[in-house]
Amino acid sequence: MNILDIITDPNTRWILLGTMFLGLSSGVIGSFAYLRKQSLLGDTLAHAALPGICVAFILTGVKSTSFFLIGAALAGLVAVFLISVLTRYSKIKQDAALGIVLSSFFGFGIVMLTQIQQSEYGNQSGLDTFLFGQTASMVMSDVYMMMTVSFILIFTCTVFFKEFKLLSFDPGFAKGMGLPVVFLDYFIMMLIVAAVVIGIQAVGVVLMASLLITPAVSARYWTERLHIMVILSGIFGMLSGVSGTLISTTVNDLPTGPLIVLSATVWFFFSMLFAPKRGVLSSVWRRVSTKKKYSLEQERRKGSHPS
Amino acid sequence: MNDFWIILVGALVASSCSVLGCFLIVRKMTLIGDAISHSVLPGIVLAFLITGTRDSVPMLIGAAALGLLTVFLIQLFQSSGVQSDAAIGIVFTSLFATGIVLVSLYTQQIDFDLEHVLYGEIAYTPWNTMTIGGIGAGPKAVWIVGSCLILNLILIFLFFKQFKLVSFDPSLAAAMGIPVLFFHYLLMSLISLTTVASFDSVGSILVVGMLIIPAATAYLLSDRLSRMILVSIGVGILSSLIGYYSATVLDASISGCMVSSAALLFGLAFLFSPSHGLVSRFLKRRKSKESHS
Repeated sequence: MNILDIITDPNTRWILLGTMFLGLSSGVIGSFAYLRKQSLLGDTLAHAALPGICVAFILTGVKSTSFFLIGAALAGLVAVFLISVLTRYSKIKQDAALGIVLSSFFGFGIVMLTQIQQSEYGNQSGLDTFLFGQTASMVMSDVYMMMTVSFILIFTCTVFFKEFKLLSFDPGFAKGMGLPVVFLDYFIMMLIVAAVVIGIQAVGVVLMASLLITPAVSARYWTERLHIMVILSGIFGMLSGVSGTLISTTVNDLPTGPLIVLSATVWFFFSMLFAPKRGVLSSVWRRVSTKKKYSLEQERRKGSHPS
Repeated sequence: MNDFWIILVGALVASSCSVLGCFLIVRKMTLIGDAISHSVLPGIVLAFLITGTRDSVPMLIGAAALGLLTVFLIQLFQSSGVQSDAAIGIVFTSLFATGIVLVSLYTQQIDFDLEHVLYGEIAYTPWNTMTIGGIGAGPKAVWIVGSCLILNLILIFLFFKQFKLVSFDPSLAAAMGIPVLFFHYLLMSLISLTTVASFDSVGSILVVGMLIIPAATAYLLSDRLSRMILVSIGVGILSSLIGYYSATVLDASISGCMVSSAALLFGLAFLFSPSHGLVSRFLKRRKSKESHS
């Protein structure tokens, strides 16, 4: 298959569109998560989706994507609530709270999964493919859903940009200005829940964290300004989505999710090496040139003051 | 007898994980266990491709190497200015993705059950036995995880003061001449060894849960590191006992039930811990208010 075939193939075009929007929106919301030191929230929420999906299946008895998404979103909201309760009302720190919620939700989800397996519902195979992510099984309605959610996410981030910026850099000042800090805090986490829920289906539980983290970190290398970082992060996410999908359609049997993640990692390494100012190469160059300047100066001094 | 073996393996995993988990909690690095348990996947696959056997020794070596690589990469990115949680996220997702791509590239050659590696089932451990000198010596997992636990206990006991100081106040430790980086890597090596050794037999979800939850429970119940370690071992063993019996009643995944019961015990500690619990603090506050008025 060459590029032209891929672009003209309607099925691939839909998937491409879906992963593109997914990368864009999770890149945008991921930059706020990164600045607020909540990068691994995405990982926790993705794992926490499992019991939600199981409950949705037990209640409805059908394998329907929209019910799964609703279940995952509700479980994500419960998880967000528990994390903030744990950190607020005990001496448990944020990282431990994330870990506790992640493992207990997932463990509970595994218990429910085995229950479903043994009960009269019989075949639950749809549940675990949902968890591992299967881009190929996405249909048009899934892509529409992804596009709608992504659009809402990006729109919200644009509208509340000033508030989110203040909250990310100086929550104390934001509170002093009279912003509803607790509400905004939950609001950002809810947006992350939304991004995770649409992402699970495409890249799976384990790799969803990457779409939120890696583009944001890559973008951080290039700039010191938040709005540029958010835009760049969205672009990096989008490029990773597109290139991962294209590679997986040209090479047989390679799963799309991991390839999207690996493309994001390639962008990360590229940024780490070549970014101006913060990149590795530029800092090496700076060090070498300073050293050279210094030794030149020393020599000149020796020449002018023979002692 | 099988009941006994499963509970024993669960208790061994729980205690060796929770000893190390205490240090992760006080160092605020709990999610590193989750990261290691995912990023060892390419190591396991590579070991399998190179040796062509499903023997656990090369797999353990491959996985342990990848565990150390993970820790090294996280440290590298962190020192180049990436926030620590994001560094953890980038490293484990990219390594895990590499592992999945490797599995799907060589899927014809490998009869590799991804689900088994990730969600390995503790229920099968009694049948994977080992013989020493012709005599049946019980399940292999007991030996592997047991020796891991002994190694952890010996090293923690010998260097308790150093580990403690490095965890609570690294700059003071450095000023006192303790090689901080060495102890950091020693702790991380123990964690990757334990993670790898345990999830070969019981699956990653049990390992991650046992690294974090019992230690966090103990953190709420005591204010001394030494007592916290003992309490967390107790909580770990208790949750593997409760987990096993609830799994037989519910007829569900044993690992899942063990983690769920650990979570339950944590919830109890969160509410009713005598010093830090929600309920006891509420009662204390009300009492002091009454005495004021």
